[in-house]
Amino acid sequence: MSNTATVNNASAQEFYLTEEHHVENGTMLGFWLYLMSDCLIFACLFAMYGVVGANYAAGPSPKDLFDLDLVALNTAMLLLSSITYGFAMIEMARKNKGATLIWLAITGCFGLAFLSIELYEFHHLIHEGAGPQRSAFLSAFFTLVGTHGLHVTFGCIWLVTLMIQLHKNGFTPVMRRRINCLSLFWHFLDVVWIGVFTFVYLLGVLR
Amino acid sequence: MSAATHHQDDLVHGHDDHHHHDDGMPHVSFKGYMTGFILSVILTAIPFWLVMAKVIPDNKVTAVIVVGFAVVQLLVHMVYFLHLDTTSEGGWNMLALIFTAMLLVIMFAGSLWVMYHMNTNMMPVSVEDMRNMP
Repeated sequence: MSNTATVNNASAQEFYLTEEHHVENGTMLGFWLYLMSDCLIFACLFAMYGVVGANYAAGPSPKDLFDLDLVALNTAMLLLSSITYGFAMIEMARKNKGATLIWLAITGCFGLAFLSIELYEFHHLIHEGAGPQRSAFLSAFFTLVGTHGLHVTFGCIWLVTLMIQLHKNGFTPVMRRRINCLSLFWHFLDVVWIGVFTFVYLLGVLR
Repeated sequence: MSAATHHQDDLVHGHDDHHHHDDGMPHVSFKGYMTGFILSVILTAIPFWLVMAKVIPDNKVTAVIVVGFAVVQLLVHMVYFLHLDTTSEGGWNMLALIFTAMLLVIMFAGSLWVMYHMNTNMMPVSVEDMRNMP
């Protein structure tokens, strides 16, 4: 009897963590898991594009449609927005509120520039008669690139929200965590865009 | 400084930025972001240049090189922008990433493989295709 009690005691002790963990860790891991599931959504869309991307239905092919100069400009916008978000993160680490807000605003501007160029491209394609209903290739193209564009749109809305909150609250631990989450989201979208410009645009033109 | 005082310090001053992974915040530096940015610019510019200037006459070789650059750039972004390493979140981030990558490869390669074979083995669709049957 006394023997079991000692064993229980000893094993119970082992279950306690000697070092307390912060609550924030859970959020960052959860957000990372969300990003991974988002990654799977994009993987499905990429796979769909890979499967039907060559079904032109006697319509235009990537070579006829894509303007690589425009895509290069778009890529530059997204890359620049990534580095300016990085600068915002650095200013946040220095607890410099004004500079963080400015860098976040610049990031938002690059994001909007990216969206404008993409919308111009979509408008141009639809105007030429190469809308999403033209062929399986174009349906897949508009779905994949459009989903990425929607993510960037929501990223911009989130960015503005955080800027207002940061202006009001200052650097509380919660704000820092939120800005850090958006940082992951923003850079993740840039990673997806690497896949888009390589797989859809560059390989499409090479095909 | 002993561990106990250190902990006390954290409670008083909030979270110190030089404290690695203490509050789930990544360790950011200007140098890290600039390295990532410059590498990304180079790794983006080269594939665009290869395709737009048609440097290599064989399209297949260009395609392989372009995909290679994309993979390298992906890793650069992971390390320098997403601050991913084996220790972040006690390794769970990396584990989730590896699991996702595995699913992604199975799904992506599997879809392409299956659908490619299905396309080759399907009945031809148009009359012209029918006439040109071997």
